[in-house]
Amino acid sequence: MLTRLTIEELGARFRRGEATPSQAAAAYLERIAALDGRVKAYLTVTRDTALGQAAAADARLAAGRPLSPLDGVPVAVKDLLCTRGIRTTCGSRILETFVPPYDATVVARLRAAGAVLLGKLNMDEFAMGSSTEHSAFFPTRNPWDLGRVPGGSSGGSAAAAAGDLAAATLGSDTGGSIRQPAAFCGAVGLKPTYGRVSRYGLVAFASSLDQIGPFAKTVADAALVLGVIAGADRRDSTSVDVPVPDYRAALAGGVEGLRVGIPAEYFIEGLDPEVEAAVQTAIAVLRGLGAKTEGVSLPHTRYGLPAYYLIAPAEASSNLARYDGVKYGLRAPGGRHLVEMYGRTRAAGFGAEVKRRILLGAYALSAGYYDAYYGKAQRVRTLIRRDFQQAFERVDVLAAPTTPGVAFRLGEKTDPLQMYLNDILTIPVNLAGLPGVSVPAGFTQAGLPIGLQLIGRPYDEATVLRAAHAYQQATEWHRRKPPLDPAPR
Amino acid sequence: MSEPKISIEQVEHVARLARLELSAADKERMRRELDAILSYIDTLQALPTEGVEPTSHAVPLINVMREDEPEPSFPQADMLANAPEPSGEAFRVPRIIEE
Repeated sequence: MLTRLTIEELGARFRRGEATPSQAAAAYLERIAALDGRVKAYLTVTRDTALGQAAAADARLAAGRPLSPLDGVPVAVKDLLCTRGIRTTCGSRILETFVPPYDATVVARLRAAGAVLLGKLNMDEFAMGSSTEHSAFFPTRNPWDLGRVPGGSSGGSAAAAAGDLAAATLGSDTGGSIRQPAAFCGAVGLKPTYGRVSRYGLVAFASSLDQIGPFAKTVADAALVLGVIAGADRRDSTSVDVPVPDYRAALAGGVEGLRVGIPAEYFIEGLDPEVEAAVQTAIAVLRGLGAKTEGVSLPHTRYGLPAYYLIAPAEASSNLARYDGVKYGLRAPGGRHLVEMYGRTRAAGFGAEVKRRILLGAYALSAGYYDAYYGKAQRVRTLIRRDFQQAFERVDVLAAPTTPGVAFRLGEKTDPLQMYLNDILTIPVNLAGLPGVSVPAGFTQAGLPIGLQLIGRPYDEATVLRAAHAYQQATEWHRRKPPLDPAPR
Repeated sequence: MSEPKISIEQVEHVARLARLELSAADKERMRRELDAILSYIDTLQALPTEGVEPTSHAVPLINVMREDEPEPSFPQADMLANAPEPSGEAFRVPRIIEE
């Protein structure tokens, strides 16, 4: 079955002439048609685009001229990445009909590498959420248990990668939105260092935190995708001009002698005992492979979540000011003058979570509260960064749970604060701008995936990926498949 | 019961700043939820931060300059294509000056 193969395996079949990109694209499109009605990972399936790109890849591969290891590989991207001529909704009614006139840089790079675009994936509206229940269209379901959430905000991207509905996908991570759904769905999810990947063409949520990254079936595949999308971009002045290593080659070498720090503050009260046990076992596996583990302290961890809930909404309230019903997207009827039109359009176009964050952000930035809230949060951010800097003087990588619990039921968390607590172990990494990956590290008794989070120094994705790959070579968790087959009656 | 962190009037004020129309029920629900979130955020106040430099960006940013040379931009038709109410070469909006 072509849809079960990793990118590396699929590429090998292409090169040996045992399969063609058109066959792979058709297999994925067929699987999407059969199963996505239940998972609901996709907002838009770009069948014609995919078949056209696959036919072009067929010709290149037949002539022995592949563009990259991704040539002919079917992928899909979160619906906040602009795709020229293809609807990009950001999970919001306000952008329901938006068709971008340009490609995001990551999409252009995927195209240039020969990847085949299967479609656009569901997400929490404007990437605000931890469950994909805040999509304005429909919730995505966890492929391991359709009654549970896939996590968020990149829930569609995680579910598609885990459910073999794409060979790899792209998501974005502002407070954990790649790693948390990867953990919930049993996929590999990588958030690169802030600035490693261009954000040009990403519909912005919190610009100092957002970062695009891959979901994949294996760490090696995530390394391949990162290699294609990483690197400076003249269209994004916050993308950083540091050399992009060969991530695939960097996976070799194992973890012998690698210093792995175990942050005490990540093993919090309320951590699911099954998650804790699986992560401790994973750490023992790394030790068994020759890594040296030691306890470290990140004392300001508990301040990460409250600081995030000032910084991210503040930036969001500013970024979302552009949705005013004038240039693109929805316009609500009946506004007698301009300001009334703005107010009505935004009331009709945004969902409750987005409104909550816009108001929170506007409050945090408003006169009289700026220093007490926003200024304070930016100072706390410095302390969190310093915690990591100090830890990385002693260790090469940090190992911790990705999430405090496993995938919860749809509709289970109605209180916003309870929902926010899901991201407590991922947010500090965004505040500090570091790279982090979540890899499958076991299952609960009930059969739900558990994620191991590995965190690295700035721009040192290579070490994070190497440790994750070594772990994956020694374990079988990533080979388990969710019980989606056989196709429904 | 501690003092509420945010009043209905403050919700109305920030909603006005954010150009967001809220129904009466929305206002009360938002007030309640923002109150809970702000109470939680107040845990930050216990942490002394005098003398700590604020971090606005996780990586050091440098100003990126390029030569000031004109480059082609998007065609006007492409920019108007997504507008809810395009008009000729313009975006049409409701009246700005009140009667």
